[in-house]
Amino acid sequence: MENDTETRVAFEHPEFKVRVVDALKNDRVRKNFRSAMDGLMRRRLDMFDDAEALENLRTQSMAIRANSLSRLPEMLEKLEAKCIENGIQVHWAETTEQANDIVLKIAQQHDAKSIVKGKSMVSEEMGMNHYLEEQGIECLESDLGEFILQLAEEPPSHIVAPAIHKDRYQVAKLFKEKFPDIPYSDDIDDLTKNARTILRDKFYSAPIGLSGVNFAVAETGTICLVENEGNGRMSTTVPPVHIAVTGIEKVVEMLEDVPPLLSILTRSATGQPITTYFNMITSPRKDGEKDGPKEVHLVLLDNGRSKIYGDPELIATLRCIRCGACMNHCPVYVRVGGHAYGTVYPGPIGTVLEPQKEKGLQAHGELTQASSLCGACGEVCPVRIPLPKLINRLRYEGNRKDESSVTGAGSRRKTSEAMIWKGWAKAHSSPGMYRFGTNAASKMRGLIPNKLGAWTRVRSAPKLAEKSLHQLAKEEGIDHE
Amino acid sequence: MEKQSPESIYFFGTCLIDLMYPQAGMSAMQLIQREGVRVIFPQDQTCCGQPAWNSGYRDEARQVAEKQLALFDLDIPIVVPSGSCAGMMKHHYPELFEGTVLEEKANAVAGRVWELTEFLVDVLNIQLDDLGEPVDVAIHTSCSARREMGVADKIEQLVGQLENVTVLAQEYKAECCGFGGTFAVKQPEISAAMVEDKTAAIRDTGAQVLVSQDAGCLMNISGAFEYQGDGPESQHIANFLWERSHGK
Repeated sequence: MENDTETRVAFEHPEFKVRVVDALKNDRVRKNFRSAMDGLMRRRLDMFDDAEALENLRTQSMAIRANSLSRLPEMLEKLEAKCIENGIQVHWAETTEQANDIVLKIAQQHDAKSIVKGKSMVSEEMGMNHYLEEQGIECLESDLGEFILQLAEEPPSHIVAPAIHKDRYQVAKLFKEKFPDIPYSDDIDDLTKNARTILRDKFYSAPIGLSGVNFAVAETGTICLVENEGNGRMSTTVPPVHIAVTGIEKVVEMLEDVPPLLSILTRSATGQPITTYFNMITSPRKDGEKDGPKEVHLVLLDNGRSKIYGDPELIATLRCIRCGACMNHCPVYVRVGGHAYGTVYPGPIGTVLEPQKEKGLQAHGELTQASSLCGACGEVCPVRIPLPKLINRLRYEGNRKDESSVTGAGSRRKTSEAMIWKGWAKAHSSPGMYRFGTNAASKMRGLIPNKLGAWTRVRSAPKLAEKSLHQLAKEEGIDHE
Repeated sequence: MEKQSPESIYFFGTCLIDLMYPQAGMSAMQLIQREGVRVIFPQDQTCCGQPAWNSGYRDEARQVAEKQLALFDLDIPIVVPSGSCAGMMKHHYPELFEGTVLEEKANAVAGRVWELTEFLVDVLNIQLDDLGEPVDVAIHTSCSARREMGVADKIEQLVGQLENVTVLAQEYKAECCGFGGTFAVKQPEISAAMVEDKTAAIRDTGAQVLVSQDAGCLMNISGAFEYQGDGPESQHIANFLWERSHGK
């Protein structure tokens, strides 16, 4: 059995290109992604045998998300008021530092030395585990995939299936290393059972449970949590304190908005008609109730989102319900995997969201180049986020000369590249110059080198025709006006 | 659907076809002319502006696109032998010129743009007689033709009319070939991985000929086949249809 470090892509390397090259040469990771994504795509397709019904549901889901986003401040105020009325404590965090600090303070109030976690991408965004561990508070991931990654000390490579880059043999080997007393097995049921045994005790003793949020309902002050393993329910039910962390965009207006979104979420994500668990949390434990936490906290994180909200086109980014279908269908993601992106959110949605977070285009603008604009992501997005269009827009924002409200606008502009495009525009906006140039190029086509940088590493150099279409059309007497 | 052929059309050849595949452009015009339609090829055309648009250089894209807008004064269809260039003109010109003095004109031009295979099927209702020898082909539909223009079925219909041509099934048929314009240059490693998979899938079909409606994909895929020294002959769909139905 090969070493499990084989799945480790250089995710910590600061250069995107280095991460990409490292990921591409890792055959096992590539194979794991291809087979997993093929499976997810197939399962999704099986769920949507009626194309028209799917398109209608996408339109409905888009409208629900767009509606709550169009009145985001009002929705959030409503959500806050309703939560408070229900006994849920609401906290606002503009930055990830503030969000971490809020969680830390709650932990300190309860003298908590550990937190048991359900799956939460926002906590990844916060870098929460690391932050709390530095303060002496242990975070224990209870989602199976996240648990595996915590053992391997790796970040998630997919937003729904975080350890998808590993196959079961690699997981079995990791378990054997970390838990030598448990007999080796690479059977998936055994592995799950073993993880469950290890985690069960932690649930009983943890003073705080932390979760993410899939939808937050303004009308009723309800936190909705979608999951398959039951660890989400355990984390939000057993410990005496429950903290839910979420981005501010997850709010929906009404309870009746939830069923269509839930239905399209699970079908788009994992090809399930519904998940094994769907939790709706509306208050802490009430008098006379036998279970549930005594305290519930909701942490609402901005981290650049209110800025996205302010742009009429980019606001579509916030419609995302985190199903992961865009990455499952992305030919770039399927080849380089999630770690190559070097960000919390990989794939097309990461490409769009990451450069719009607090740190802007300076930090992750390079990701906007990680797309052939093939459109596969936009085609499957359950809330019709025009991902290719937004990628194109962010490329523009990165290169523009003038001011813009997008953080880091112009920061990707390179003088050399700008000069090339300027020259290109000049040549192609003067028909005479263009014809002269193409004629000359055709005549001198023998002089074109066989090696053209990266292009000819896997391809022969393109060959210019002897005569351009302009010339042929003229010679054949095709009308020109 | 009522199909009525127009008297004349504009042909926008695209810069890639102009330089690399001019015969495909000629074949496309000949196919249209054979249906009794007058073809106008404005000699002042250059490029639709897509390379700059997709690279985030909107001012430069607009500068070039503006010149193309001026070429199509008659209210007749504009036929483009490429899904991605047609997509640029049909879907992105309105965005590119939004709020400028050319907005109305851009919208008018956009509304008259047809991708070639779409035009041959939906407007001309072309009927093709196959004069060629039996041959097995693989089809690669460009992502723009498939998703942006939504015309993936047209090339299949056209090839399907040719009785001696067998279209072979292909794995990952709807997946991008890795061209993506400047993507192939900006992300050469990812692009290479994509075209290597694409060529393998096409080679596995055992096809003798690969046809596509986009010159960019063809240049990418055929360049890789040539480099590998093994693979089918590649042809633009216009070329293929003309040769099969006219004789070489």
